[in-house]
Amino acid sequence: MSNSLRQQVLVLYLANSALDSPVTAWARYDGTGTTRHQAGGDEEPPYATGLAALQDGWRLIQASPLIDHKSGDEFRTGYFKYEFFFEKLVPLPGEDLD
Amino acid sequence: MANFASRGFVRLDAVVPKSLNAQFLDELERTFGVRDAANGSTMPAVAAGTDIDQAFSPDQILGQIMRLPRLKGAIESLVGPGSLLDHHFVHVLPPASKIEATGRSANAQHLHQDSTIDVRKAFDIQLFYYPQEITEDMGGTRYLPGSHLRIVNEAAIARYQNVRGQQHVECPAGTVFLMHHGIWHGGSINRSERTRYLYKLRLNPTVSQVRLWDTTDLNDEDVAQRPIFFVREAQDPANVQSILTKGEPWFEMDTGRIEYINRIRFFRRLLGDRTFDANYWVSRLECEPDTIVDNLNS
Repeated sequence: MSNSLRQQVLVLYLANSALDSPVTAWARYDGTGTTRHQAGGDEEPPYATGLAALQDGWRLIQASPLIDHKSGDEFRTGYFKYEFFFEKLVPLPGEDLD
Repeated sequence: MANFASRGFVRLDAVVPKSLNAQFLDELERTFGVRDAANGSTMPAVAAGTDIDQAFSPDQILGQIMRLPRLKGAIESLVGPGSLLDHHFVHVLPPASKIEATGRSANAQHLHQDSTIDVRKAFDIQLFYYPQEITEDMGGTRYLPGSHLRIVNEAAIARYQNVRGQQHVECPAGTVFLMHHGIWHGGSINRSERTRYLYKLRLNPTVSQVRLWDTTDLNDEDVAQRPIFFVREAQDPANVQSILTKGEPWFEMDTGRIEYINRIRFFRRLLGDRTFDANYWVSRLECEPDTIVDNLNS
């Protein structure tokens, strides 16, 4: 891997476990330092679905597993269930890849 | 109250009059040294667990604010009389330009739930009082309606940078939000040239939180079972059952239904009525004829 490559990370939270379901929440981190995404900075998600992110070149690197509901805890809600991590490897600004 | 059970907050626009807002802003500026003032700060530090009626004397600015009839009525509708002041605090947010001029970066506060994991059936409220007008560029508090019943641990939710349906406070001076303690929220960046102030006060109940509010507008249609799924006419959106089963943009398809169930159970406790239901969500789950027979035979 070239030392001039950096990782961009996109986290999408979807409405169910299907990758083509709608985005309900999202986060972005840019390892190139070109952009800084902050809490509350966007009102609209970058993609309508997880599939749309794939189609735009993001590589899926992690997805939430489906976990059985623990007895006695079936109706507790907490963290978002359908979390998908994507990445892109991009060159640093001003750097060309050979 | 159904709206509070469903979305987790009550908003009272300009409930604090202009003269008190101005006096309180002066007090804040004295306290936090934003500008020179002839008199020193009289902002009181209050021991945790102090009865709210004893926390501030009537001659103090906060004492006058907390005794405003409309605000006091809202507080007592939620946590009853004799609630305890858990803590109070002032968030002071300078303009981003001033922060950046010192070489630091202006950061939005991560999304979080206050305190820690809280599994009580009772609930606290947090007053968010804005003594000045909050405009869009001032980065008013960001909050997520309907998040209050989720059990999470403080900043564990910080990764959720943006959530569909998130709101940013914009309001006239003197506005108070009464938030359920579980509401997810965070401060945003102040892009204006004015320092932004938020006075926050948390109250714990000392009485059972059952029918503390004016229930005279509850009617039979709010509590009677009604047709669901196939209906012949549109349902009244102001009906309590409609309010409790209205989704938020961020709801997941499956846990959105769990949210309805948790709201219904929350409203049962507020009503003191174990049979209350909305759109049959909980009655269906309680329909276990074998269990009923077993209980009769035991």
